[in-house]
Formats: sequence, structure tokens, C-alpha cells
Amino acid sequence: MEFSYDIAGGDFSRAGAASSEVKKILKQLNVELAVIKRVVVALYEAEVNVVAHAADGVMQVTLDSASIEVVIRDRGPGIPDIALAMQEGYSTASPRVREMGFGAGMGLPNIKRNCDSLDIESTVGVGTTVRMVTFFNR
Amino acid sequence: MTLREIIKHLDAEVLLDNNQLDRDIKYAFAADLMSDVLSIDASEIILITGLANPQVIRTAEMSDISSILFVRGKRVTPEMTRLAEESGIALLRCRHSMFKSCGELYVAGLRPVF
Repeated sequence: MEFSYDIAGGDFSRAGAASSEVKKILKQLNVELAVIKRVVVALYEAEVNVVAHAADGVMQVTLDSASIEVVIRDRGPGIPDIALAMQEGYSTASPRVREMGFGAGMGLPNIKRNCDSLDIESTVGVGTTVRMVTFFNR
Repeated sequence: MTLREIIKHLDAEVLLDNNQLDRDIKYAFAADLMSDVLSIDASEIILITGLANPQVIRTAEMSDISSILFVRGKRVTPEMTRLAEESGIALLRCRHSMFKSCGELYVAGLRPVF
């Protein structure tokens, strides 16, 4: 199964809508609740990142009986130093993002902790692609 | 402790009950940083926060948190209430500070996540 959701940059009222849709689908498929939580926490942090930093993005979800793969591709500023961005506490978030309860440099570490594999590719001035895979039985 | 008891201890008001008032709550987590909330393993807790925006509701939704207590009389928007309703989350509000709210509930027997 494949699903795709658009993410609007800067629109905090909608941030989380795509992750919420994925959660509903995983619940319908009777995926274990603890696994659903891991998946949607990672997705939500990634979705908030797109809203916080990018012009827009797309979340593409591919599901089979064993795993979920999610690719989030955005058009945005890109990440100059991915290793630095992965460090807990490092953040380039605006004051507005911080007012929303994010921007403490925990997003990427939270994503990493909650998926089984994580790949990030980024080109400065073009955008970032995040690919996450989580297995249902582990 | 049920949400009804929490309401009594803090003289809190119910903004949205979502049939959660008799649900048993053992643990609480207090934060204004939503990434902190997203980093904890526990679900089935009450989230105590002074932050009031739609992302608080989304964070609870993703974390399987079924009740939120807003402290210091924070304004909860219709958009927040709508999101909470969709996700089956109860919303409470009290006038007390975060510190006092947490202290009262701790003394009453609510446990920390860690």
C-alpha cells in the first residue's frame, strides 16, 4: 500500500495532520500499539521539521505486512552538517518554532530512537530527504 | 487516581471530558517542551503543561496520552478542542501554577514517569 501527503511549510495549525492520518491507517491494520507510537512519534517530529524549516514537503508512505517505510522530501534550506544536526541540543529553529514547544534540538534524536533505520540526504539551498523504516515485529 | 479526583484536588474545570473522567491515571508528566513529551516511553499518563497550542494536542495524540491539564488558566482554542475531540483526549484547566499543580497531585498520589 502506498499513501502520499503534502506538508505545508510554516503552517503550524496543520502540522501533524499527515502523521495523524498514518496513525489511523496503522490502527486499522491492527499494528501493535507500541509500534504505532514509535512510528508516529518519528513521523510527527519529521513533519514538524518540514513545517518549521522548509517551504513545503511530501510524506510518502509504503506499507507491507512486515514494515513501514516513510520518505519525507522537502524543498527548503537543507542541512549543512547532518552529524551536527543529529546531536541532541543542536537547533537552528526560530523563536516561533520554540513557542510551539519544539526547537530544543531533540527532533532528529527522537526520530532516530523511534525507527529501525534512518537515512538523511540534504543539499543546502535545495532541500532534505529523510527515509525511515520501522519493522512491525522486532 | 481518576480524572474526577484530579479535578477535585486542583479545583480544575473540564473543557472536554471525552468520556475519560473515570479513567484511572497513575502517572503524570509535566512539560512545556513537546519534544520532551515525545521522548518518553510512558503512555496512559496525564500531561501537565503551561503551553496552549494545537501542537500540544497533536503531541498527546502521537504519544497515546488521553488527558491534558492546562495550568495557569491558559486559553484553549476551539481548534485545540476539535483536535482533542477527534483523538479522544480529555482537556482540563486549572488556575494554579505548574509547580503547585504538580505538588498537589504528587502529594495526592500521582506518580512520576521516572
